[in-house]
Amino acid sequence: MRYLPLTDSDRQAMLATIGAASIDDLFVDVPAEARLSGTIPDLPDHASEMAVERHMAALARKNLSAGEAPFFLGAGAYKHHVPASVDHLIQRGEFLTAYTPYQPEIAQGTLQVLFEFQTQVARLLGCDVANASMYDGSTACWEAIVMARRITRRGKALLSSGLHPHYVSVAQTMAKFTGDHLAYETPELDSKTDSQKLIAAIDKDTSCVVVQYPDILGRIEDLTALADAAHATGALLVAVVTEPVALGAIKAPGAMGADIVVGEGQSIGVGLQFGGPYLGLFACKQKYVRQMPGRLCGETVDAAGKRGFVLTLSTREQHIRREKATSNICTNSGLCALAFSIHMTLLGEKGLRALAGLNHAMAVQAAGRLAALPGVTLMNDSFFNEFTLVLPKDARDVVRRLADRGVLGGVSLGRLFPTAPQIGNGLVVAVTETVTAEDIDIFAKALEEELA
Amino acid sequence: MTMLKEGRPTAPTPVEEAHMAPATATGNRALMLEEKLIFEIGSTDTTGVDFAVAPTGENRLGDLARADAIGLPGLSEQETVRHYTRLSRQNYAIDLGLFPLGSCTMKHNPRLNEKVARMPGFADIHPLQPQSTVQGALGVINELAVWLIKLTGMHGVAMTPKAGAHGELCGLLCIRAALEARGDARQVVLVPESAHGTNPATAAFCGYKVEDIPATPDGRVDLEALKARLGPDVAAVMITNPNTCGLFERDMKVISDAVHAAGAFVYCDGANFNAIVGRVRPGDLGVDAMHINLHKTFSTPHGGGGPGSGPVVLSEALAPFGPLPYTARMEDGSIHLIEEENVGEEMPQSFGRMSAFHGQMGMFTRALAYILSHGADGLRQVAEDAVLNANYVLRSLDDVLDAPFGGSGPCMHEALFSDKGLAEGFTTLDIAKGLIDEGFHPMTMYFPLVVHGAMLVEPTETESKAALDQFILALRSLAERAKAGDEALKGAPYHAPRRRLDETLAARKPVLSWSEPDLAAAAE
Ligand SMILES: Cc1ncc(COP(=O)(O)O)c(C=O)c1O
Repeated sequence: MRYLPLTDSDRQAMLATIGAASIDDLFVDVPAEARLSGTIPDLPDHASEMAVERHMAALARKNLSAGEAPFFLGAGAYKHHVPASVDHLIQRGEFLTAYTPYQPEIAQGTLQVLFEFQTQVARLLGCDVANASMYDGSTACWEAIVMARRITRRGKALLSSGLHPHYVSVAQTMAKFTGDHLAYETPELDSKTDSQKLIAAIDKDTSCVVVQYPDILGRIEDLTALADAAHATGALLVAVVTEPVALGAIKAPGAMGADIVVGEGQSIGVGLQFGGPYLGLFACKQKYVRQMPGRLCGETVDAAGKRGFVLTLSTREQHIRREKATSNICTNSGLCALAFSIHMTLLGEKGLRALAGLNHAMAVQAAGRLAALPGVTLMNDSFFNEFTLVLPKDARDVVRRLADRGVLGGVSLGRLFPTAPQIGNGLVVAVTETVTAEDIDIFAKALEEELA
Repeated sequence: MTMLKEGRPTAPTPVEEAHMAPATATGNRALMLEEKLIFEIGSTDTTGVDFAVAPTGENRLGDLARADAIGLPGLSEQETVRHYTRLSRQNYAIDLGLFPLGSCTMKHNPRLNEKVARMPGFADIHPLQPQSTVQGALGVINELAVWLIKLTGMHGVAMTPKAGAHGELCGLLCIRAALEARGDARQVVLVPESAHGTNPATAAFCGYKVEDIPATPDGRVDLEALKARLGPDVAAVMITNPNTCGLFERDMKVISDAVHAAGAFVYCDGANFNAIVGRVRPGDLGVDAMHINLHKTFSTPHGGGGPGSGPVVLSEALAPFGPLPYTARMEDGSIHLIEEENVGEEMPQSFGRMSAFHGQMGMFTRALAYILSHGADGLRQVAEDAVLNANYVLRSLDDVLDAPFGGSGPCMHEALFSDKGLAEGFTTLDIAKGLIDEGFHPMTMYFPLVVHGAMLVEPTETESKAALDQFILALRSLAERAKAGDEALKGAPYHAPRRRLDETLAARKPVLSWSEPDLAAAAE
């Protein structure tokens, strides 16, 4: 077995040192009836590297990858070009094969990256501080609701209908067990969001209002009025960003008054990967830092007076506080945070603005072209790189038939909101810098034929 | 002195000790390069990425265009590569040497796994693509699921949890859903004192009250105390097996039977599955739910803190309550994704979704490549070698270090020592920092909490005897120094990129992001 270095003579010598006659002697504490005598039946034995690679490649070939097709899917996961150096650098063994930086003297590489990452994320989201990552946007969103409950000591969260339905589902799953009250309705195919309704619903029991920006239908609007209304009753505004590239073009939620901003960082550096691993972003105002979940990296000095970095404020965390911790998270998305940080460093502000500008311009172009098709209308007034088209028929079948023609043409609202057939004609289309004018043309023609 | 004819010496002149290491003007020490922050070396006008010129068109951003400076410095590609390469060299990693962090299973990360995970058919597919276009990806999930079920002897598996702690959450939610389905709102989860912090934190996170179960003097769950506490308010008992002292819970089956008889469920923390994979099936021990850390047992890299992946195997009683989405193989061989839309007929009792998409696909491909590489025979060998290596460390050092449970028999995959017998004023921390100078990552320190000054050593099966012998040599020397009261040890590490760091200062005056020096000074 190529990964196992012990030889049989090593094993014999080691057993002699231990004073055991055989390996079985080391398993004496396992009750005899639970010990398996041979290998588990119906499972193959070991295989060569070549054989395994062949098997996996055969499975990979059964998928239509985004790069092989005109590709317009978004709804919480976006295809962006990731520069080659990002993947090269994250594969350096010193990053890839290190553990959480528990021994800071020999983990300054990871720790400095986390400090830089936290600063980049805080600035991008318009907040004072960010943590070292959560699992993904959806779990970060639930943690934000829990944190708002802790801060306000109130148990009712108002979820905007523009929040990603899977994020809503995650929160609903948890709330069933924790007793939190969540108010939520599915969205309507309307260029206006439900902000006015949310503002009217805020009361003295409200812990937070959770709003996505840009929202699941691609709508964007100023959050200031929502923030003011929430703050007027002592509630918090939680903003959720599933497409961080947008913040190279539009105002940061923190700058509009959001108290906690969470998000999905997958767009920058991470790649699609069929949904994971992704990168939960979590940022907030300075005054709430001791209520944050997850790991935080902070600056300090070493015994010789040199600047260095450590994990800090760990009295919030499970390994110190156990059942009183702010969260149960331990392992997070470290390597994805590294990828995000490298990609963001390559972009810099200049590159991020160029990237965001290109996304928006391509999206505007595509929206114009697609909305000109017979029977198709564009729902949005404003948007960044994603918008909702209203088709003359249910979008689910259209999407499936487009896929059969090799076009990955957006996410149907039927897939996202199976219990809301009244919006089933909606199709959410994302257009990033990876889309070419030719892709738009192929998509438009295919859609026109499918609708004819 | 030997010289080339150009006058260049070709052999060093012997140097006096005092001249060995003068300070350098840059602060660099040859290959060890000091590296500033990107905020200090980059600029907002620099970029390492070129884009096509955007087509001109109207602006549809409403009035939301971002006008303020964001403050994100950029670097050219060359500077970026250098920045991160330099930083990487300040890290210890498995690729450099033994990383015996107990409970973390830091084993070699095969590079085939990395190659496979990057195949475009896996890396470049969207979680919401039509199912007809992702049959291979669903196939990976399904194939891995079958392996996990067979290796554990359980009934089903929930693949979506994103790490061990998320798996614990999944298991407890299944238990809660199952109890509620029978109208039984139990409120208490029992957790041994030796458990990992995530266990009680998870139980509290989903609304349970947590109570401790004491340990026996031989480092195991106190069966009689547990039995005495079981009652109609107890929903579950969380047990780690092998436990965090590196010992097998001999009474596991008896515990499970008692828990079941009291109407509760057994959650097993499977962080230590590496010790028994292929040799013991948790399903044979009465376990109802157990998470498996693919980032431990099945070799997916830790990446400096994550990502992980924590699938949860489930008993027949709990499987119907597992999370969405999940995959099911149909009679025609195609694989269906069961989501909210079709869950009604398929799994009406599912507790719902616990993360946005299907779990950690990038970890599934790596873990499956690892499992197929080992096969059933290789995995059994993994457990045997992991246990052999740990016992070898235990017995090679138990004459110089106190092994609190060493007298009660062999350990499983990790060897536990305490700080008993060190000279006055010397701690586990000193030994750990001394190991850094010796070129090793320290063991887990001060965990589990049931042992004073705990040192938990988990070598894993991917260490050779030669590597273990060198580690043993280092740890023996440090133990002897700490017992002899060698003051120099308290200053360790001397040879790492940094000396001991001031954690108190970091927590008292938290600096969690960088600010421009004048702003930082103004804020003082
Ligand atoms: C015994 C034990 N349980 C649970 C966990 C939590 O796993 P994770 O870090 O993947 O959330 C760990 C590892 O950190 C552990 O060692």
